[in-house]
Amino acid sequence: MQAIDTIEGKAYPLGRPNIDTDIIIPAHWLKTVTREGLGKGAFETIRAEPGNVFDDERYKGAPILIAGDNYGCGSSREHAAWAMADMGIRAVIAPGFSDIHAGNAFKNGILTVVLPQEEVDRLMEVAKDHPISIDLEHQTVTTPYQDRFRFEIDPFRKDCLLKGLDEIGITLELDAAIAAHEAKAHLDTPWVEGAAKAA
Amino acid sequence: MATESKPRTLYEKIWDAHVVSQREDGTALLYIDRHLVHEVTSPQAFDGLRAAGRTVRRPDLTLAVPDHNLPTTARADAQGKPLPIADAQSAEQLSALTRNTAAFGVEFIDALAPEQGIVHVIGPEQGFTLPGTTVVCGDSHTASHGALGALGFGIGTSEVEHVLATQTLLLKRSKSLEVRVDGPLGPGVTPKDVALAIVGALGAGGGAGYVAEYTGSVFREMSIEGRLTVCNMSIEAGARAGLVAPDDKTFAYLKDKPRAPRGADWDKAVAWWRTLATDPGATYDKTIVIDATSIAPLVTWGTSPDDVVSITGIVPDPADLADPARRAAAEKSLAYMGLTPGTRMQDVAVDRIFIGSCTNSRIEDLRAAAAIAQGRHVAANVKQAMVVPGSGLVKRQAEAEGLDRIFIEAGFEWREPGCSMCLAMNPDKVPAGERCASTSNRNFVGRQGPGSRTHLLSPAMAAAAAVTGHLTDVREFA
Repeated sequence: MQAIDTIEGKAYPLGRPNIDTDIIIPAHWLKTVTREGLGKGAFETIRAEPGNVFDDERYKGAPILIAGDNYGCGSSREHAAWAMADMGIRAVIAPGFSDIHAGNAFKNGILTVVLPQEEVDRLMEVAKDHPISIDLEHQTVTTPYQDRFRFEIDPFRKDCLLKGLDEIGITLELDAAIAAHEAKAHLDTPWVEGAAKAA
Repeated sequence: MATESKPRTLYEKIWDAHVVSQREDGTALLYIDRHLVHEVTSPQAFDGLRAAGRTVRRPDLTLAVPDHNLPTTARADAQGKPLPIADAQSAEQLSALTRNTAAFGVEFIDALAPEQGIVHVIGPEQGFTLPGTTVVCGDSHTASHGALGALGFGIGTSEVEHVLATQTLLLKRSKSLEVRVDGPLGPGVTPKDVALAIVGALGAGGGAGYVAEYTGSVFREMSIEGRLTVCNMSIEAGARAGLVAPDDKTFAYLKDKPRAPRGADWDKAVAWWRTLATDPGATYDKTIVIDATSIAPLVTWGTSPDDVVSITGIVPDPADLADPARRAAAEKSLAYMGLTPGTRMQDVAVDRIFIGSCTNSRIEDLRAAAAIAQGRHVAANVKQAMVVPGSGLVKRQAEAEGLDRIFIEAGFEWREPGCSMCLAMNPDKVPAGERCASTSNRNFVGRQGPGSRTHLLSPAMAAAAAVTGHLTDVREFA
């Protein structure tokens, strides 16, 4: 995972609530067996709307997306995070995120920033003409107008993002604890084992 | 299975029993007992294992089945030879699952196997899903498995890879949400209506950050299949998981299922499962209470699953919404849906009917739909009415009961099991601008195909819409 420190630049002022992952990447794009190239299908139905933010020259190549509440709801498809990463989005600011999508974004090095609706509204306004800056270390979002909004982030996720850590690598270091849990489960709940035939 | 004096919820008990390691920052390493794998969200995970030289830690806890891409038309010719999949990308994704499961030693239920079906239908049906277990799948409707008192939740592909490699996940414990529904359900009100009522009450994001537990007389009296429908749609309210405490109904359902424990193991398992229910005095972070008598047969009018209205209601007017963002969203929804505020829901004509999906494709769903279809016929304006059983076993059971004949004689198509028209990844799609009465779980823009318009409802209501040609109050058929 690529490490994140600060993300600064233009932001797409999308701002709609309940952007589901079918909107972020429609199902017909899911028939791929790789993670690459999904940016082409990102926000396909929104991009069909005249005057949409994604095709507006002012926001071209923006690394930040500003959205409404419950961003990324619906399907667990990680293709949504891959599509966003492929189109160059490195952070999303919204009043709330779906749990699954926030996790998928995190695993692809995309920072999800939760701010109250009124602060999101303010950033939507500023983003029309100015860049926005996100400082992960200090957990702040700032604008050229001296706006300074602090956000909360899970400390584990913050640490992983700052260092660009691989989660499987972290977990495999706990192999002895996993084996100990399995040994205990073998005694306590033996019926859980062997439910599938190893092929 | 530590005994603790502090009263705990069902969720806390399952969580505590699966913590491998607790980090100081609040993140825990949680052991995963059951991993269901399908073709759409797994290829990149297997590739990740390959690239890092890793193996599948517990093949005996991992079960793979194709469902999303499979056509629901005949899969074999008269000689039993598999028919080719016309869509090249679907065929490639399906063959990747076959190759990957063979290479990594994972059990694979293939497209022609009698047990094949939608991953969330076969888990419970096979007795693979058990109370007190942690169940994951690269699919958000893994919430379904909570109906058996399992902690089931959807994961992304990176997490699929993480579980394949380590049989664990790094997670932070969610907050707990009690959803209590007490009282008798009115005539024509089904588990699907209860699910839609809950989503409507919580809102599409109301359960984000929470794991829901469904309590109250409605769920105690509800069948396991009904509980599966309700838990399935937890995610439509934003809750990653939904749970019902295991009880005698759960144990009766699981007894003698193919992969359920047997003999002394069964007795030991049931004894433990009985201890899982939330302790008296345990507290939830949030509780919502819904009066069962207030729930009518429901339909959705918009493009978010919380856009619910009584079948006797009207298309709402966005002008009545105070919040400008919500108003704009509702206006967009209605434009997409081709609906005018004030229209009676029962006056909305439909083009297609879909009875199926992991929400409503089990035998009780098909019986409820068949009871309406029996002796009637699909209306002339309906272009297609499909019934898609959730699994091969459901299909066989329905055929043994003669339900297939009822549907076929009424003008419905009787299909092979799979995800079908729920999500537009296989040939079953709703064409642009057409309107579908669907027993699935999502009415999102383009969900059933680009430009498709979806009204979510119960199987009985879908059958009623099929025979009248418009959204219909199923109580008129009583």
